[in-house]
Amino acid sequence: MTDQLSNSERIQAGLARRYRAEKRFRLYGIIAVVLAVGFLAVMLSAIGARGFGAFYQTHASLEVTFDEELVKDKDWQGIVKVAMRKSFPDVKARRDKRKLYKLMSSGAGFDLQGMYKADPELLGQTRTVWLPTSDDIDMLMKGQIDRVLAEDDRRVSDKEITWVDQWIASDRIELQFNTRFFTGGDSREPELAGILGAVMGSLLSLTVCLALSFPLGVMTAVYLEEFAPKNKWTDIIEVNINNLAAVPSIVFGLLGLAMFLNFFGMPRSAPLVGGMVLALMTLPTIIIAGRAALRAVPPSIREAALGMGASPIQTVTHHVLPLAMPGMLTGTIIGMAQALGESAPLLMIGMVAFIVDVPAAFTDPATALPVQIYLWADSPERAFSERTSGAIIVLLGFLITMNIIAVFMRKSFERRW
Amino acid sequence: MYVTPARRAKKAVEAVIKGILITSSTVAILTTVGIVASLLFEAMRFFGEIPFVDFMFGTEWSPQTAIREDQVGASGSFGAVPLFAGTLLISAIALAVAAPVGLFAAIFLAEYAHPKLRNWVKPILEILAGIPTVVYGFFAALVVAPWLRGTGEVAGFDVSSESALAAGLVMGVMIIPLISSLSDDVINAVPQSMRDGSFGLGATKSETIRQVIIPAALPGIMGGMLLAASRAIGETMIVVMAAGLAANLTANPLQAVTTVTVQIVTLLTGDQEFDSAKTLAAFALGLMLFVTTLVLNVVALHIVNKYREQYD
Repeated sequence: MTDQLSNSERIQAGLARRYRAEKRFRLYGIIAVVLAVGFLAVMLSAIGARGFGAFYQTHASLEVTFDEELVKDKDWQGIVKVAMRKSFPDVKARRDKRKLYKLMSSGAGFDLQGMYKADPELLGQTRTVWLPTSDDIDMLMKGQIDRVLAEDDRRVSDKEITWVDQWIASDRIELQFNTRFFTGGDSREPELAGILGAVMGSLLSLTVCLALSFPLGVMTAVYLEEFAPKNKWTDIIEVNINNLAAVPSIVFGLLGLAMFLNFFGMPRSAPLVGGMVLALMTLPTIIIAGRAALRAVPPSIREAALGMGASPIQTVTHHVLPLAMPGMLTGTIIGMAQALGESAPLLMIGMVAFIVDVPAAFTDPATALPVQIYLWADSPERAFSERTSGAIIVLLGFLITMNIIAVFMRKSFERRW
Repeated sequence: MYVTPARRAKKAVEAVIKGILITSSTVAILTTVGIVASLLFEAMRFFGEIPFVDFMFGTEWSPQTAIREDQVGASGSFGAVPLFAGTLLISAIALAVAAPVGLFAAIFLAEYAHPKLRNWVKPILEILAGIPTVVYGFFAALVVAPWLRGTGEVAGFDVSSESALAAGLVMGVMIIPLISSLSDDVINAVPQSMRDGSFGLGATKSETIRQVIIPAALPGIMGGMLLAASRAIGETMIVVMAAGLAANLTANPLQAVTTVTVQIVTLLTGDQEFDSAKTLAAFALGLMLFVTTLVLNVVALHIVNKYREQYD
């Protein structure tokens, strides 16, 4: 009796400690989840807060005269300069004038050129036009440059600030939607840089990638799941595919450099080669998803088709494949999303060059959206950090859309047998 | 025009289609062969110029191409030990972050969390896995590294602006979902009867997890950790953007180190002739990277598969 009592007493004594340990353990779990989710929240909000500004660009309104002489010389920037002098008639000294011109973007003239091309009637006329300012003024207007700092410590001088303040006082400067960001190619000037070139590069690469990896992936999955005998050879293929899925992406880039560029002599920096490398990389993902989708089709379907006299190939193409297609497409979209975010292998095959033109063909030199982010992240200008975040927002937007489509397809085509 | 009952057209067509299917399934094999062949071929040329032993055990890394034939130090030195050490340091930091966080998150989600909460948190963790690595790299270089440097200054440490710690921390967050989802799988594979037995003997939930579930799931968890390590070693963009370029042989996480992948990228971006030891060195490094990650993957997949059979 006494023995038993002391036993339960012993348990009682330890109980509080054990419950505390239980609570602590649970708390560790909560902390882990909060840490992971918190990091995601911090990262996304930091990038969101920085990148939002990239969608707006400071423009100033100028009274522009399409002077016949200057238009004939194609001195579009000269027209901007004349207009600037007219806006600030007090500025007389040469050095000040040069500074004054720098308020405007060096690409402001292109806008005028575009206007003139669209409407040659403008010759000799005067119009009020909103033109982009330089990136420093843009940063000043967005509050990224601290006016309180000593003059030598900031990128904008006191004089420039007074000019900008005059503009602000007369409502001739404002933030406008930055269309150039979505319609322009890369540029050394942050206010002129756009992502269209990179988006097109990604699009071309993904087209090649999809055209190669989808048929190859589906055919491989069909062979392995429906026809392949269980032998050593198919075992090797299977192990090989699983390992290929875990090979670091940069190794695929090395393969592309040594094989496609140096051995086969394909063009450098081309979306064609980029797409091929990405296709090899996403192939395992598509095969693995495709096999899972084929396995989910019940054997009774195959047996019924074979029983009705269909040949093995007919059974697969008429019955099994259509039923497995939604699953395969879901896997393909996820694979494409992976390929869209990948940059390391593209660095290896030279898709990191500074390219102003928007690529139009598979062999044009191009970059890709993630590589553009990498390139801009390296640029020292404060305004480029904003553009980088803006490009990241666009990239994440694409990825989220693709994943939502994949989830939606999985949900709507999901079937229980 | 030659269709006759005797002619078995269907059989011929099907044989051709099957042939196409078989051919496409060899593409995966050809890719592996291509990787091995291109890496081996270029690496062999490299080892023809620089002895293998110097590469594997040399402690000085300063690759450079000679502009003139008679230049001082024209050959450069290709001792890869500082790169291996740097890679290991950053990967170790990443695992030190990801292993506990990923494992505890998996345990919490599998054993404690309400199903509703789990349905919300699991997709959020998967978002972490879907974010491109270049975004992590940007965040590491632009937010985490300056923040660490600032905190270090306040605390009196000298933190490099390209510290191994910043790259490692962010890389750790990147591999959390990998560890948590693999651990989640193996924890869920532990049969309910083992939990019930433990509860029946009077163990609390945490005691059951620590003394029954984790030991039972340990091989699978270890497999997941090895896969995560292989991911960390092969990760490129985060380290390219947030880690250093100079090859320092140090174990101090506050200093800048460089990694194998960073060096591959620096050696191969930019124009240079394809025959110099400098470019070939990148392939030797690539071969090392491929072999290391392959061994880790094979071992990890073997452990995971072997363990899975136990309860089936």
